[in-house]
Amino acid sequence: MKKRNSKIVQNPPGKVVPLSFGEGVGGEVRKRFQRKKLLPYLLVSPYLLFVIVFVVFPVLFCLFLTFNKWNIIAPMHFIGLNNYSRLFHDRLFWKAIVNTLQFLLLHIPLQLVVSLFLAYLLNQKIKAAAFFRASFFMPVIVSGVVVTILWQQLLGYDSGLINRMIISAGGHKVGWLINPDIAIYSIASMATWKNVGLYVILFLVGLQTVPTQYYEAAKMEGATRWQQFYHITLPMINPTIFMVVILSTIGGFNLFIEPYIMTGGGPLNSTLSAVLYIYKQAFQYYNMGYSATLGFFYAIMIMSVVVLQKKFIEKEI
Amino acid sequence: MRKKISLKKVLLYTALSIAAITFIYPFLWMIGASFAPMQEIGTMTLWPSHPTWGNFKSMVDKIPIWRSLFNSLLVAVFTTSLVIVTGSVVGYALAKMHFKGKQLIFYIIVFTMSLPFQVTLIPNYITMVNLRLVDTFYALIIPFAVSAFAILMFRQAFQGLPQALIDAARMDGCNETGIIFRILWPNIKPTIVTVAILSFIGSWNEVLWPLIVVRNEKLMTMPQLVTLFATGGRADSQLGVKIAAAVVLALPVMIAFLFFQKHFIQSMASTGLKD
Repeated sequence: MKKRNSKIVQNPPGKVVPLSFGEGVGGEVRKRFQRKKLLPYLLVSPYLLFVIVFVVFPVLFCLFLTFNKWNIIAPMHFIGLNNYSRLFHDRLFWKAIVNTLQFLLLHIPLQLVVSLFLAYLLNQKIKAAAFFRASFFMPVIVSGVVVTILWQQLLGYDSGLINRMIISAGGHKVGWLINPDIAIYSIASMATWKNVGLYVILFLVGLQTVPTQYYEAAKMEGATRWQQFYHITLPMINPTIFMVVILSTIGGFNLFIEPYIMTGGGPLNSTLSAVLYIYKQAFQYYNMGYSATLGFFYAIMIMSVVVLQKKFIEKEI
Repeated sequence: MRKKISLKKVLLYTALSIAAITFIYPFLWMIGASFAPMQEIGTMTLWPSHPTWGNFKSMVDKIPIWRSLFNSLLVAVFTTSLVIVTGSVVGYALAKMHFKGKQLIFYIIVFTMSLPFQVTLIPNYITMVNLRLVDTFYALIIPFAVSAFAILMFRQAFQGLPQALIDAARMDGCNETGIIFRILWPNIKPTIVTVAILSFIGSWNEVLWPLIVVRNEKLMTMPQLVTLFATGGRADSQLGVKIAAAVVLALPVMIAFLFFQKHFIQSMASTGLKD
């Protein structure tokens, strides 16, 4: 009520209300007032329309699909909770989840260590900092498709560049992409190479917020470089660390194009990511209902992990 | 004392250079390999001894790559423009107007940002089927025309502008669209650039969604076409041709990056920094 009153006062008194024929001044003011009230809704309407069509409806429809069997062509039919029980017994889906977790297991720590290390180096007083920053950042902006095609050649078994280097150094060839035990880790390393530049920048911003007096004080007390890093830098950049963890968790859960191009999920489904499996269920086998169930379940899983991480962070900070 | 410092510097620059080479060398190798005849690919040399356009020629023969370049540009330009316009309008309402449900809308935006796309993927595809938009550019543009992130960016930028600017414009009889696009826009150029870069790159690099809604080769975006080319066996396992396709896909973004490096880095970093 109070708000509405203040709004009337806010109506610009400076603008003279034009006297039009046929309409009283009061009517004109009321019309203007009503238009003013509707205007904000008109302005946000593109978003509301978008949310209804591309978020609210899809979420509800996805939920609805999870109780149905549907291949798009034939009519849908209701199958109750069958999709859910199928999900819990679907070995391949759980394998895909485990693969994705294995991916994260290497990707997150590697990402953290490498990006923090490079940011730490860049944070010294150095020449050509812009050049180094740009070179680390190059893979970030290039399409994942390019990076994947490129790394497919680097990681090839017979003619891959990395194996050639190993051989010329006197070692044995490694089946980077054809050994089911290591293929997912090869992809995780590649993904780290692609994204690390972004996190270098984030850490750089974080490192620059640490006041230099802290280091000076520590130096006076005779703290070594490592002690300074461990006791001053790390606690100060905690928020950045957790942000990087969350961002790379979400990114890792969305792993799709890399295995899609590189391995198609093989060998022996060892690089089948959850998103790739959901995609295959929908657009190769046309199990729309089941794929929707997988997507729904997986999305809830991602959100719970992220919420848990955030809870943990809030506690830590 | 002086010696010790310079040794440290040497180590520092060595480490940085090794890192830089790790990130740049593969790209240089890729460009070199795209000009290499079949038997020369796979060596570590950066530039082939007998460079040839052969890989590019056979790629152009096999796939409509220039057409897909045009498609990608078209989709990215339209998507970016729409994202900027809708983002400004909605962001303005949220920043500078008072109305019922504003807070609710703000929460919805924040929530949709954290909603994993796996939930909406299949229903959105079915929406496209029902609207008869499969195999049209609309299917590639409309679902990305409104961005929650852009709205929040613009909202924040507008909040930082003084109300007096808007009041003065209203006094002069300027309507709301005039206020947004003529009065306020010139004051938030950095935000516009950031949103433009992010949405352009996002659209340019998107590949999962095009794979789903476009099957007509003539309408395919470049990453999609190159993906299908690389996986579909049409490259006839000719590495050079595959790599040439990757080079054509990478070059526009890489060139843009070389020119607007600072803007790119700042923009991308802001995705992480905004919470």
